[in-house]
Amino acid sequence: MSDLPANKPRRWVIWLPLALFLGFVVLVMIGLFRPADRNVASALVGKPMPEFSLPPALPGRPGLDSKLLANGKPHLVNIFASWCVPCRVEAPQLAALAKAGVPIEGISVRDTTENLQAFLQQNGDPYQRIGADDDGQVQLALGSSGVPETYVIDGKGTIVYQHIGEIRPEHLGLLLDKLKEAGR
Amino acid sequence: MIAELGLAALWLAAALAALQLVSGSLGLTRRGTAMSGVVRPLAVVQGLLALLAFGCLIYVFAVTDLSVKLVAANSHSMKPLVFKIAGAWGNHEGSMLLWVTVMGMAGAVVALVEKRLPEPTMLATLAGQAFVSLGFYAFLLLSSNPFERLSPVPPEGNGLNPLLQDLGLAFHPPTLYLGYVGLSVAFSFAIGALITREVGPAFARAMRPWVLGAWIFLTIGITAGSYWAYYELGWGGWWFWDPVENASLMPWLAATALLHSASVLASRNALRAWTIMLGVVAFSMSMIGTFLVRSGILTSVHAFAVDPERGTFILGLLAIYIGGALTLFALRAATVTEGKRFALVSREGALVFNNVMLSAILGIVLFGTLYPLLAEAMGAKVSVGPPYFNPMSALFAVPMLVVLAVGPLLRWRRDKFARVGKALVIPAMLVAVAGIAVVMIGGVSLLPFLGLVLAVGLAWASFLPLRDRNLRRTPLPVWGMVIAHFGIAVALFGMSCESAFTVEKLVAVRTGDITEVGPWGVKLDAIEPVAGPNWTALEARLLVRYGPDGKVTRMLPQSRSFWAPPQQTSESALLTRWNGQLYAVLGGEGEDGRWQLRLWWKPFVPLIWIGGLLIALGGVFALIGRVKSDVRRLVAKGRIADRHEGEAQLGMRP
Repeated sequence: MSDLPANKPRRWVIWLPLALFLGFVVLVMIGLFRPADRNVASALVGKPMPEFSLPPALPGRPGLDSKLLANGKPHLVNIFASWCVPCRVEAPQLAALAKAGVPIEGISVRDTTENLQAFLQQNGDPYQRIGADDDGQVQLALGSSGVPETYVIDGKGTIVYQHIGEIRPEHLGLLLDKLKEAGR
Repeated sequence: MIAELGLAALWLAAALAALQLVSGSLGLTRRGTAMSGVVRPLAVVQGLLALLAFGCLIYVFAVTDLSVKLVAANSHSMKPLVFKIAGAWGNHEGSMLLWVTVMGMAGAVVALVEKRLPEPTMLATLAGQAFVSLGFYAFLLLSSNPFERLSPVPPEGNGLNPLLQDLGLAFHPPTLYLGYVGLSVAFSFAIGALITREVGPAFARAMRPWVLGAWIFLTIGITAGSYWAYYELGWGGWWFWDPVENASLMPWLAATALLHSASVLASRNALRAWTIMLGVVAFSMSMIGTFLVRSGILTSVHAFAVDPERGTFILGLLAIYIGGALTLFALRAATVTEGKRFALVSREGALVFNNVMLSAILGIVLFGTLYPLLAEAMGAKVSVGPPYFNPMSALFAVPMLVVLAVGPLLRWRRDKFARVGKALVIPAMLVAVAGIAVVMIGGVSLLPFLGLVLAVGLAWASFLPLRDRNLRRTPLPVWGMVIAHFGIAVALFGMSCESAFTVEKLVAVRTGDITEVGPWGVKLDAIEPVAGPNWTALEARLLVRYGPDGKVTRMLPQSRSFWAPPQQTSESALLTRWNGQLYAVLGGEGEDGRWQLRLWWKPFVPLIWIGGLLIALGGVFALIGRVKSDVRRLVAKGRIADRHEGEAQLGMRP
């Protein structure tokens, strides 16, 4: 083996930290000066749900198959995980929706049965079915970039609306409207 | 009156910082050498004035002077005195004043005691320190004046976030700030050395106590913060990879790397440019951390004090200081030679490996923390959680821990593995035995498994540097290293046990019901109302027993309601045994009269924080050792100078 610090560092390497830092500053500036409306329509809205079939996330509960979603009624599909803090924040809103009679299907991303059970025990369980997306493939297919995300699906299995981030109390009206639209 | 005195002191300190910057810079030029004499006194007075301003702020908080806007917004006359005082820095303006105060005092100490470096480097260092301080003075005075008056004077203050009315938290931010600001001194040294191109062992020795001190405070701060989140948030977790936690972890990682590379520079005169770079990065991480926390750009459980406008101001400072320092680095680094060479298998080689791994983890944490921002810029809002951070950081932490066991045994410059192999037989066997034991227990996933076996091996290996040494003559820094490395093994063991063996239970119980969690039997004895100075609470009386014939002990978790401002919090109850902690949280009352109770049995979990404190203690040993030998050298030098003078007076020397 040769001696370790070989030559003088190359010219461009020396400038790399500065370049990375400038990238950081630009990124943060975008973050600071963005307009307050952060709703961005997804490319998948208006297109049919991709086909998938997920195994049950909990023993004794059904898994999630995309064919079941096209049963003539609008659905909510909620992508969540027990390790995600915003998911705890949106739990009361999901519970309210479930109480209002909205069928909610869950896709749990990269989770374990024990953690998931504990999460549902603590935060309530609004889901009809929960599919286990252990490698995040379905999440990717849905065009979802993170957790939590919630999709409104109409009776034919078409994605009507995508909600990115946690559902806050002020979003409930919007979601119910979208569901009503989807039911028409 | 006191508030105005504080404000005046602050303005004066800012003016002196400006003068210090100008005279320090002029002192570097040939014509301005006359100015160089005033730089050190300026730094001292500037520090004292900042301290005076901070004292004034503490005073107005202690007497609850509600005519000061900051006091009215953050305090309350009924609050216990210690929280009144802690309230002085438990808010944005006060914490920034604390920042400049610590920075000014640090500058004063550097100016008073540091005599080893060439004078031009000292001038550049103090000018750099003044430049950084000046930005924060401007920030305080222009956009967040802590002494602003309020008219008319309100009859009562707004109180303080009840989550923050906690002794641990009162002293948590100042501890972290001491760490951040200590790194600012390292930053100034790095800038000074870059400007004068004097990068060598003397620079590393001058910088090292500051890095060590900052690192000790950061270690304590992170440990305390983690424990606070553990018992105060009531979620049972001890680390959430939350942006604010990451903001304190990143400077720690950089400071840890800096500490080790500064050692190489001090003893072997190698890794010059890299050490400078780390000096810049460590403070950059402190500032980026402060920025991320204060600007509210990332949503977080810790977002107590957020304000986008102030975020912009800090971002401006960040761009000037870090952008400037990195530009200076890029311009000068090519002229700083790398220094002495060494073989791959050597103490230096192991330390370089440790540095690269720490930097990689730092990069991973930084990327994960900023990723939601990146995604948001592209139109998505996401949360990055443990599934990313845990395996990614373990990827680099595991090899680093292995090298941590071997590295301290290697010789400087060049060595062979064969020479140290024999000593490592016992730790390797311990790893194998622990591995078999854990497999037999079963049900442990990969990361906790690796953590457990490595912790066991490392615990032994960390004491190996003491073999063949006379323990009474072993220098303190070596003891420090041994203790800190052992602390890492202890903390790692705690973390792995926590994630591998925790038992969690959520139950709804009536009074008199008995439930079990792990080896514990828990009985809900009664629910009673209790009252504190500014809150009322429902308190559950739990009778718990370890095993079938253990002693019955009481635990008292509360669901607290603060009334100034009105807010609900849950106070968890903890019961510590030598082999773990029982953790109880009281939830709400159900419709059927049953109470929700959350219980965790966490084997060996206190070791996480004990390990953290051991790491800090190791730092303290090393710091005492370093400072002691510095003082001894100073004294010896003084004696020699005295003797020469005396001989000259006696006419023994011409």
